[in-house]
Amino acid sequence: MDGVHDLGGMDGFGKVKPEPEIKKPFSEAWEGRVLAMSRALGLAGAWNIDVGRHGIERLPPHIYLAATYYQKWFLRNEKLALEKGLVTADELAAGHASTPAKSLPGSVVTPDDISGALVRGGFEREPQGPARFKVGDRVVAKNIHPTSHTRLPRFVRGHAGRIERIQGCHVYPDSAVALGDEDPQWLYTVVFDGQDLWGPESDPTLEVSIEAFEPYLEAV
Amino acid sequence: MAHDSDPKGAGGDHAHDHHHHHDHDHDHGSELSDMQRRVRALETVLSEKGYIDTAALDQIVEAYESRVGPHIGAKVVARAWADAGFKSELLADASKAVRTLGVDRHIGDHLIAVANTPETHNIIVCTLCSCYPWDLLGLPPIWYKSTAYRSRTVKEPRAVLADFNVTLPEDKKIRVWDSTAETRFIVVPERPAGTEDWSEEQLAELVTRDSMIGTGLARQPGEVG
Repeated sequence: MDGVHDLGGMDGFGKVKPEPEIKKPFSEAWEGRVLAMSRALGLAGAWNIDVGRHGIERLPPHIYLAATYYQKWFLRNEKLALEKGLVTADELAAGHASTPAKSLPGSVVTPDDISGALVRGGFEREPQGPARFKVGDRVVAKNIHPTSHTRLPRFVRGHAGRIERIQGCHVYPDSAVALGDEDPQWLYTVVFDGQDLWGPESDPTLEVSIEAFEPYLEAV
Repeated sequence: MAHDSDPKGAGGDHAHDHHHHHDHDHDHGSELSDMQRRVRALETVLSEKGYIDTAALDQIVEAYESRVGPHIGAKVVARAWADAGFKSELLADASKAVRTLGVDRHIGDHLIAVANTPETHNIIVCTLCSCYPWDLLGLPPIWYKSTAYRSRTVKEPRAVLADFNVTLPEDKKIRVWDSTAETRFIVVPERPAGTEDWSEEQLAELVTRDSMIGTGLARQPGEVG
């Protein structure tokens, strides 16, 4: 979706504010609970990483821009838990469960082994076919505007770049959300010249790469 | 729906209007307490229904507060500086190379290390969300997740670096890596001069979190004591 989350190249957000190197990761205790809850829900099989990201992208733009990172995570958790029928609005208002649980495909993280919650999942899969592009090929990022989840940022759409690396075959986020299907696709590092993206007045020393799934690309 | 997408405590006018109906002391603490209440309600309901275990959540929080952090990445960079063979392995397959270091927990797949050189400076960003190499650096700083960093870095990286008081030579190439998939990136900063006889432990002291994202450079020998 062409959402406000797709920020690359937008102006007006002001300066970046550096922080000390040594810093507690959570400003408030509830932020830690939200992070841990998110990890545990993922392992329980409540939703996958792509559906979770799309849940944040679907927050109304004014909410997305005003909320902090962990507020967005919380709002996503609450919204998806309601949408998927894991909890009801009445239960949240009461602060206690009053309906039976649904069965989920994953496993509950227990205190005797939280290691799963500290490890990233693996997303590489067996290819459905050979890679269409090779290192060095010129490609164009398609001018497409999917209304569901996609990982092709707007700022490269319609622009030509070069295949720099082949990263293997990975779960395709667009299908994982729209179809509920992993639909593995080849993943490439595609590098763009900064002036192709931002015009002749922009920084001549800049190159920008994205990680692009094969369906995002076409040969020049 | 009783719980719509309204971030009480997000600082918007709506949040303030909402709170004017309650008796409270008009500071931001009251807004945060509303977030706390909603988070607690969701956690309690999810726990009572058996989807999550709150004691496990305690441990996950503790792990991210105390065990996972940039010290892991600094150890990797120091090894790469000290051992050219390891650096080659790291740049070829970072997930595999890092697992040989005896880090006390499993490092995830698809980790990619990119090395700064006299010719090229690398910077990592995630324009679409906030993808970050948690395995090696812990949870991201607030600026990494900010709209300012996510919007500007792919377009005007030198201006972003200026916000960090970093100035690069005008002719140095800048490569920005947008983390749009499940690959995760870490920068191997340039090794400071004058550290030829330093141990890996000493070298690791020079490696900052920001230097591994590309918004900083490694500390100079005179900056650590």
